[in-house]
Amino acid sequence: MSLLALQRDFRRWLDHEAADAGARLGPQAAPGLSVYLNNYRGQLMACLAESYGAVKAWIGDDAFESAAATHIERRPPHSWTLDDYALDFPDTLEAIHHADPEVGELARLERGLARIFVGKDAEPVVPAMLAGIDWERARIGFVPTLTMMPVKTNAAAIWSALADGEHPPAVQFLPDPATVAIWRNGFSPTFRTIDDAEREAIEALAGGLTFGALCGRLVESIGEEKGPVLAGGMLSQWLSDGLVAHVRDLG
Amino acid sequence: MLDRHRFGLGLRKPHYADFLDGEAAVPVDFVEVISENFMVEGGRPLDVLRRVRARHPVALHGVSMSVGSADGVDPDYLRRLRALVDAIDPMIVSDHLSWSRIEGFHSHDLLPLPYTHEALDIVSANVGRAQDALGRAMLIENPSSYVTFAGDMTEWEFLGALCARTGCGLLLDVNNIFVSAANHGFDAIAYLDGIPAERVHQIHLAGHSQGRELLIDTHDQPVPPSVWTLYAAALARLGPVATMIERDDAIPPLGELLAELDMARAIADGERRQAA
Repeated sequence: MSLLALQRDFRRWLDHEAADAGARLGPQAAPGLSVYLNNYRGQLMACLAESYGAVKAWIGDDAFESAAATHIERRPPHSWTLDDYALDFPDTLEAIHHADPEVGELARLERGLARIFVGKDAEPVVPAMLAGIDWERARIGFVPTLTMMPVKTNAAAIWSALADGEHPPAVQFLPDPATVAIWRNGFSPTFRTIDDAEREAIEALAGGLTFGALCGRLVESIGEEKGPVLAGGMLSQWLSDGLVAHVRDLG
Repeated sequence: MLDRHRFGLGLRKPHYADFLDGEAAVPVDFVEVISENFMVEGGRPLDVLRRVRARHPVALHGVSMSVGSADGVDPDYLRRLRALVDAIDPMIVSDHLSWSRIEGFHSHDLLPLPYTHEALDIVSANVGRAQDALGRAMLIENPSSYVTFAGDMTEWEFLGALCARTGCGLLLDVNNIFVSAANHGFDAIAYLDGIPAERVHQIHLAGHSQGRELLIDTHDQPVPPSVWTLYAAALARLGPVATMIERDDAIPPLGELLAELDMARAIADGERRQAA
């Protein structure tokens, strides 16, 4: 048997427990093949359990293990890093728990926090670095780990309670769809639920709008008095959140 | 390569604070990390590794290169590993004589190879490609295994031929020899006698567990007496070689691992005195 044929049979043994493939690997191989199969499944199960601790706590061990077994059967690992194996699991959870949207949202939040944990580094800007900036022409850059996640439920509050070891609140639909901003402040993954106005402001600035132009937009939409106050308030919040990676004065 | 006579530990998360926060450096000559855990863009793990590197020499030990893949090594993996090598300047880069990937599927386990001439051609080509990509020689570790296939040579003959063809060195895992010898019925001493001693630049020591029919390489136990005995036999043949304790599960307080490392030092001292 060629090495390629052997490795194809070994793969079919691991991901489909194909008896014909296992038999071709040799008459004495059965006990050892069971060890490898057990290692393969056990490792993937442990990877999902470690990556989605809040989901596991929310839906319970049995439901979690059933979902993980389904995922392992349908989605064999395709990357050299086990971290990547966990990335598709929210899709499987959403398909299984489609009537409970908070399950998928919890999973996406956990996935987002895990991804940014090892994301690109950036030194957040602190207010003392901003003396003399012409804010009219300033362009704001956010930390590279910033990601936005649309939510319909209070999954973020559920996650926070579970992470703190507290009894989680009952699931609730939010009055309006919102966004959870996820980023890393220094080395600490963090998140905050933001409203549509803040999401639009962040997206506009990330797209290259100057801070002055953002103020102009807000003045048009909510008036000359409230517009600059809202823009200033958001900027102050972003700075204290460690969300701003650079401010470039185009003047 | 690491100088000989050195003793190290695997750097694991529960011991980060011991390695970083203590006023006195942890008494090891080097630390070894799992390469893949640090082949990332940034964040705390990479910061920890950079800070530990400022205090200790570091060996990079990989589990996903898959030098036994019939369809070659993954160029993206090699590129990411090269970036880490350039950032950390490790004393050693190593991986296993095994395969884990075929045609896009990753088992995330160190799967066994048949020791055939065809496999030797493939593994040699893959190790050569990896060493070219990394710009340095690697160490290849003997695996523990639970299955063997019909082949043309023994594992130690295969490793010797691989070293001769590629210029790679060996990371000798003494526990893996013990486990595979028990599982497949070969003589562990014949293994030690058969490997090219001058190519061995590092030794791993670990523990194992008894499965239903086979010994399992679990890395969740202290080094057992049987492995210490085989370690002494290895040093008698190899001379002093950089040695480390490898514990991946049920990780005890650092002091327990340092005590095991003292045991390795004592055995090495004993062998040195006997040889003198």
